[in-house]
Formats: sequence, structure tokens, C-alpha cells
Amino acid sequence: MTTAAADADIHAALSGVTRVYPETIATPPVHALGPLDLELKRGEFFAVVGPSGCGKSTLLEVLAGLQQPTAGTVMFEGRTVSGKVPDGIGVVFQEDASFPWMTVWDNAAFGLRRNGVATAEIRRRVDDALAFMGLTEFARAYPAQLSGGMRQRVCISRTLVLQPRLILLDEPFGALDAQTRLLMGDEVLRLWRRTGATVLLITHALDEAAMLSDRIGAMSARPGRFLDIVVTGWSRERDSKIVSEPQFGEITGRLWEDLRGESLKSLGHPGMAAG
Amino acid sequence: MIATRRAADTAIILIIMLLAWQALHQLVGATALPGPVPTLAYLARFVPSERFAENAWATLVCFFYALLLSYGIGLAIGVWMGIHRLSGAVGEPILISLYTLPKVTLYPVVLLIFGLSLSGRVTFGAMHGVLPVALLTMSAIRNIPPVYLKSARTLHLSGWQTILTMLFPAALPEIVGGLRIGFTLTLLGVLLAEMFAAKQGLGSLIINAMQLMQAEEMLTVAVVLFAFAALANALLLWIEHRLHRRV
Repeated sequence: MTTAAADADIHAALSGVTRVYPETIATPPVHALGPLDLELKRGEFFAVVGPSGCGKSTLLEVLAGLQQPTAGTVMFEGRTVSGKVPDGIGVVFQEDASFPWMTVWDNAAFGLRRNGVATAEIRRRVDDALAFMGLTEFARAYPAQLSGGMRQRVCISRTLVLQPRLILLDEPFGALDAQTRLLMGDEVLRLWRRTGATVLLITHALDEAAMLSDRIGAMSARPGRFLDIVVTGWSRERDSKIVSEPQFGEITGRLWEDLRGESLKSLGHPGMAAG
Repeated sequence: MIATRRAADTAIILIIMLLAWQALHQLVGATALPGPVPTLAYLARFVPSERFAENAWATLVCFFYALLLSYGIGLAIGVWMGIHRLSGAVGEPILISLYTLPKVTLYPVVLLIFGLSLSGRVTFGAMHGVLPVALLTMSAIRNIPPVYLKSARTLHLSGWQTILTMLFPAALPEIVGGLRIGFTLTLLGVLLAEMFAAKQGLGSLIINAMQLMQAEEMLTVAVVLFAFAALANALLLWIEHRLHRRV
């Protein structure tokens, strides 16, 4: 048994979680995930990397309460997550989820308006979030007038105004070019420091994981399990400049060592994976 | 700037159409197709008359009810088939085959059920409009990105909030496209019904004029209907574009 003090330190936890997608008319059952354990410490930045199709997104959706685990339990702030997204968890998805029929400001305010928050409080939080994400001058614009990176920032603002204590990011920069991704990485670090939230980032980019995280979980090909947990040891005040440090190369090198065989497997080269 | 260019484009199209009309008139002769000048002169006299007003009103009433049914039933079927996967999978091929069927072949059945009544014409008009409205509404709902539904859950929206504030606005531009096509086809259905079996309405006016060799009256009604359909279509298209511009 863990002590009460250690429990308080654990913000969210998966224990013995597996996820099997049931059989349908067209497909056999798919064992996507686990069994897998994960403990997220309060306030840490944790990244999950792995080959495509390894169940990373399934892991995030199970943790968020968007999907039920087939076996095992999901805990958030000491309560079991089951069937609905708990208060305090915010999710940003890979796909553009900004609503094209409303302005940037209304997009950011959307979640607050539906949850009965007072108007003045909505205005304060939305203005604050847009200023923080550098969107103030685009408040009256529509998403169609913005670039992909800015639209993703709109989605982050929409999550931010709900003041989540655990932020789940599902490859939020997957569709962006490499330079924009580095800059967005800096913004996520800024956001993480200011909110003090726990962050779980799903990504396929090893450099992104190495630059942003306190700890990185390297996941196997399907069914996804953790092969290795890498502790980076960065200071909290880091930014994208650490990509030039030798330690950065060591971390990405170790992650690639962990994942090379798995990536080949997911490409369908089982023979090469051994070599 | 853009508005003046649009107006100029429309004017050019109108002039080309009038020229083509005149050319065709020279080709086939005045008994089949009077030229634009005598037709428009007839139109100026005929449209203010009592007889025109009565018939136009009859068509409008019939069209109004038919459109109400088309939109009401079409939207209901489309929403249901868009949300409920199994109904959609079963219903879609049936609706598509009904859509391709020339519905005029079923008009005798409608006539035998309703007789020469308003209900028969309304039914026949609605038969034309329901299918495109239902099919396009269904596809509009199916095309809503799944990430919206996931977002709705992470933003703690209730079922009704999800439908009213997210699904409906997301599907609206495509639904308006369906309503536009439904409008045109319902009008077609109503006019066909009036042409085949009615004593009043613009459709019957056209057929009567043809039998009495009154080509100018025949063409006048056609011009009026053309103007009505084109204006309504332009209005719905404008709404559709305004909604789409943000996508």
C-alpha cells in the first residue's frame, strides 16, 4: 500500500488498463492497449511516444473518460473515472476542433457559456486566455481566416478557460510544420508553468517529447505497453533552446533505440526488428 | 465593387438569354415561340389581371403546403437517418432509388387516392421535395467531424446542448443546400400536378394556353415562373454561401 502522502502526489493513474475494441461485422476484435500502468505526478509534464497505431490516442481517451477501459481502473484526483470526462480534465485533439461558425472569442467562451458561468467571469477568463495565447487581435476573426497553428491555439484557449488541472494533448501539433511546432512547444511549456497543471502529451515526434517533458514513456507497437520510461531532468524554466544541448541528443537517441524495432514492427518488418 | 460586378454579370446573362430567345423565335416561328417583345408586352397586360392573380394564388397556396411537407418530413427523416446509423444504412439505398425513380409514373396512384383535389397536388409536390431534403440532411449530419462530438464531451455539454449548439450549426450550411434543391423540385412537382389534372393554377394555365394556341400567354406564365424560381434560388444560394464562407 502507498502512504497517504504519496497518494496525494499522484494526480492521475492507470492500473492494469487494457482496451480491446469489440468485434464488428467488418473487423475482428482489436487489442489496442495494455495491460499498462501509469502514474502521473501532480504538476509533471509527461509525454507518450510510440509508433503509429500503437494505442497512444486510446490511452489518452481512456484517461480522459472518453472511452471505457476493457479491464483495469483509471483514477483522477482520487476518484475512479468512468463513463464521463471528469471536471478538471481538459483535452486538446489532433484534429482542428475549432467551430467555423463562430468567432475566435466565441470559440474560446463556448465551454464556459454552456456551463453556467457568470458573464463577467467569462469575459475575464476568455480575454485572459486569448491574451496568453497571443490571439487578442484575432478575437473577432473566424477560424477560416487563421492558420492551422492559430486554430490549434484557439482550441487550447477553449480548454484553458475551463482551468483544467490535468491537460491532455493528443498530437496537437501533428499537422503543423517543424518550425511552428518548436514555437508551439514553447507556448505549451509557458502554459504548463503558468497553470501549474499536470500535462500528458501524446506525440510521435521524439524531439518534441525530449524537449518538453519531465518524463517520457516509450510505447510498444500494438497492443501498446510501456517499454521504457525516460527521465529527462530538465529544469522547469526550459524552452526550445535546449535542443542544442548534448543531453537532448542522448535522450532522443535512447528513445529511438527503444522504438526503432517497434516502429519497424508497425511497418510490417518483423524480421528486421530483431537485427 | 463586387456588388456592381455581380449586377453586371447578371445583366449580361439576361441579355444573352433574350438574344437566344429571339434567335430561337426566328427559327421556329411565332406560333410555337413568340419573341421576347410581344411576350413581355402580353406579360405587362396579363400579370395585373384577375385571372392571373387567381391562378397564381392557387399555385402559391398549393406550393406553400407542399414545401411545408417537403421540409418537415424531409428534415425529420434526414435527421433520424443521420443520427441513427442502422436506419441510415437501411434507408439510404431506398431513398436513393426513390429519388432516381421518375415520380410522375406514380401520379395516377396519387390521383386515384386523392382525386382532383388540392391534397393530391400538394402530395405530388411534396413527393418531389422530400427526398433531396432528407438525403442532404442525412449527409450533412454524417459529415460532422467526429472530433466535435469528443469536444462536446470534454466541454461537459448535455445531449440537448450538443444538438442545439454544436450539431445543428455544424450541419446547417449543407442542410440549406438540401432545402434549396427541395424548393426547386417541390415547385416542379406542383406544376406537373397542375398541368396534368387541375382546373386552376399556373401549370393548368400553361396547358390551357397551349391547347388554345395562345403562345404568348403560355410563355408569359413560363417567364413569371422562371423569375420566381430564379429569385428564390438566388436567395437560398446567398444564405448558403454566407454560411459556407466561414467554413
